Amino acid sequence: MSFINLKDKIVQVKIVYYGPGRCGKTTNLEYINRTYRKQIASEMVSLKTHGDRTLFFDFLPFDMGQIKGYDIKIQLYTVPGQVKYNATRKLVLRGVDGIVFVADAMEKQREKNIRSLNQLHENLQSYKESIFKIPLVMQYNKVDLKEHGIPILPISVLEKDLNSRLKVPYFEASAITGYNVAATLKKIISSSVISIQKKLL
Amino acid sequence: MNYGIVSQEQLEQIDRILAEKLIKLGVDCVIIIDMAGNIITAKDNGESKYDVYSFAALAAGNFATVDAMAKLVGEQEFSLLFHKGQESNIHFSKIDDELLLISMFGRDISLGFLRLNVVDVIEKIRKVWDRK
Ligand SMILES: Nc1nc2c(ncn2[C@@H]2O[C@H](COP(=O)(O)OP(=O)(O)O)[C@@H](O)[C@H]2O)c(=O)[nH]1
Ligand SMILES: [Mg+2]
Repeated sequence: MSFINLKDKIVQVKIVYYGPGRCGKTTNLEYINRTYRKQIASEMVSLKTHGDRTLFFDFLPFDMGQIKGYDIKIQLYTVPGQVKYNATRKLVLRGVDGIVFVADAMEKQREKNIRSLNQLHENLQSYKESIFKIPLVMQYNKVDLKEHGIPILPISVLEKDLNSRLKVPYFEASAITGYNVAATLKKIISSSVISIQKKLL
Repeated sequence: MNYGIVSQEQLEQIDRILAEKLIKLGVDCVIIIDMAGNIITAKDNGESKYDVYSFAALAAGNFATVDAMAKLVGEQEFSLLFHKGQESNIHFSKIDDELLLISMFGRDISLGFLRLNVVDVIEKIRKVWDRK
């Protein structure tokens, strides 16, 4: 749940990048951190293992400027993707306003994407949130690998596996080159802000 | 409790309590955050410049982790959460299920003295919330 400060006119919006291990969540935030330096007041915080895997979360605060006189402060988080870290994934989801589900488009990751999305559904339920109601955007990441001859899933398959019931906006993306990273971010910010505005009315 | 929106008046009251009861005593910085890592309000003595947004995200994570560990070993909660450094210390205190009060203070204040005042501050803040 976002926090709205009527005194200083600040709205804080929490957005979480969720998905299976190594799908590219941290890479999304690193790209945003490099590309939008002017809108980022502080350093990216990464709690990771020696092997460079996310241990708890990455955190990146992002200034959106003003909407209707309110300063919009976006707080971007990633979850740790490894299966064994579900307890910490749950903690990061607390009070979430919007979610980007990053799926790994590599053919061999098909099952992992589905399992991760199912677990997201369960984790949200434990906070009495619904995956069908919360602002959500799908990102099918690593599409650049096609050029390198690595088999990736067709969008139609990813859509059928992950988005046939949710029917949320989706983007093909390449977090490593930055393709559609900003488009994904803009979409989830606008969905989240609209949803917060609705709750206020 | 609908903590998601606080009125300007309530925030001003809370800021006043924090200033009078903690900052005046020599606490460097006080932050109230929610368990999602949002900042409700932050007050400091004008000298310390912390990156409060990153701090809030880490503090919420830290508190949630310790809380989960407590449950794993069969405790309701660990009531004292305190980090001691050479120059500065951090003290965490739960206001209610959603809110945390975090105080940062130096060598000139004792933990016992701080805790007494924090208890008093929390009681006053709860009254401000309840008035909604
Ligand atoms: N080819 C390619 N590799 C990517 C892409 N996004 C991430 N990676 C790589 O995938 C690995 C895992 O990425 P990371 O962001 O740490 O995944 P996380 O576990 O979801 O945080 C790293 O080696 C990245 O460089 C992408 O769009 N294309
Ligand atoms: Mg990561």
